[in-house]
Amino acid sequence: MKTTLVLLKRELNGYFATPVAYVFIFFYLIAMSLLPFYLGGFYEDLQPFFAFHPWLYLFLIPAISMRLWAEERKSGTIELLMTLPVSMAQTVLGKFLAAWMFAGIALVLTFPMWLTVNYLGQPDNGVIAASYIGSFLLAGGYLAVGSFLSALTKNQVIAFVLTFVVGLVLVLAGTPAVLEPLAGAVPSSVLDAVRSFSFLSQMNTITSGVIDVRALTFFGSLIGGSLLANAIVLDLKKAD
Amino acid sequence: MIAIQDLCKDFGPLRAVDRISFEVKKGEVLGFLGPNGAGKSTTMKMLTGFLTPTSGRASICGHDVATAPLEAKRQLGYLPEGAPAYGDMTPAAFLDFIADIRGLAGATKAERIAKVVKQVHLEAVLHQRIETLSKGFKRRVGLAQAILHDPQVLVLDEPTDGLDPNQKHEVRSLIQEMAPGKAIVLSTHILEEVEAVCTRAIIIASGRVLFDGTPQELAARGPLDTVFRKITTSGSATNQS
Repeated sequence: MKTTLVLLKRELNGYFATPVAYVFIFFYLIAMSLLPFYLGGFYEDLQPFFAFHPWLYLFLIPAISMRLWAEERKSGTIELLMTLPVSMAQTVLGKFLAAWMFAGIALVLTFPMWLTVNYLGQPDNGVIAASYIGSFLLAGGYLAVGSFLSALTKNQVIAFVLTFVVGLVLVLAGTPAVLEPLAGAVPSSVLDAVRSFSFLSQMNTITSGVIDVRALTFFGSLIGGSLLANAIVLDLKKAD
Repeated sequence: MIAIQDLCKDFGPLRAVDRISFEVKKGEVLGFLGPNGAGKSTTMKMLTGFLTPTSGRASICGHDVATAPLEAKRQLGYLPEGAPAYGDMTPAAFLDFIADIRGLAGATKAERIAKVVKQVHLEAVLHQRIETLSKGFKRRVGLAQAILHDPQVLVLDEPTDGLDPNQKHEVRSLIQEMAPGKAIVLSTHILEEVEAVCTRAIIIASGRVLFDGTPQELAARGPLDTVFRKITTSGSATNQS
């Protein structure tokens, strides 16, 4: 546990060691604050703000996760890390949690949006709290996928593109564009499976104020499964 | 304290390390010599648990690297090839991180960090980012990291590469100073280095041990570079036949 925290701390400091983190947070906040106004309906509640998160995450999450392992492999520090007395689980978890915490810090900094809607009207703060938790879970699930994909390559750009593409598939799985053509062609159980694998459907349920067991299970297994794959890939490919 | 038994490593059809066996006892400094691509680094990577051997075993202080990796790694200080370190950290922050991972804390931690910083002369660059440092300083940061927890076993992959003659001399003195209490393995291209610091030399080429003896025995055969060339080129010729 303590070792995981030491690794987490180093990784999180690594984000803030360069101006990249500040530039990232700056653009994140700009995008998060401006776009909901154009999508409309912002003045009553934060629904449009959260509806926009899966799309924005498509660009922001790969930017956070791309360096996690690709950088480590490219600079050779992976050899240092893997010959220190730390287990694979501690390392994978420490790095993932640092990335998730970074995403969490960026998310928390959108609090002026929450203050604004409360100033302008009477939003349902319970729904907003659930939506924040949902957005944080979504970020975690997507980051775990990104961490795994980052372990596949030495090149951060490739890691970014891979993560973006996989994220796009996961988001689009819940849109009519994918579901409608599928509707006649596959059994309804498959259709339900495709829909439930979608970031959009998961987010829609949560932003309506419901965090149910299914959503928690979905993101929990997504994170667990991705990190396990991450560790396996590292074990096989760490020296390549 | 180091035991390697019939270690082999295949990369696809290529056998990079071919049944290497040796032991290193406390107080010994083993110099690992060989042409580029001979299998020196690969052997070290297997000894330190970074690479999984195709067959054979390696152990550190009695702990098998494959079955008890954490116990083995606790006794080990390792300077990997090229001395990798986190470029965005300062040597001070980097050593602090390594100390935390190694479980050093409080006064012991401060004392150990202060000591290694002095031993490898990092005082001047302690608060500069590692990526901005010269090759010699980077190598010394890697060395400081390896000896920080005063390990029983030290594995150093080309510890003096990129250092100027004075720095080389300092690192050699440091190794000699630490030698009595530890088992040390170091790889090098510099033949004189073996005479200067090693109590034993192993020459490998094409993944096989071709010579195992004292530097004096090696020197007795004639000028070092001639002997080296003779051993390593005849060795690879046998491999090809």
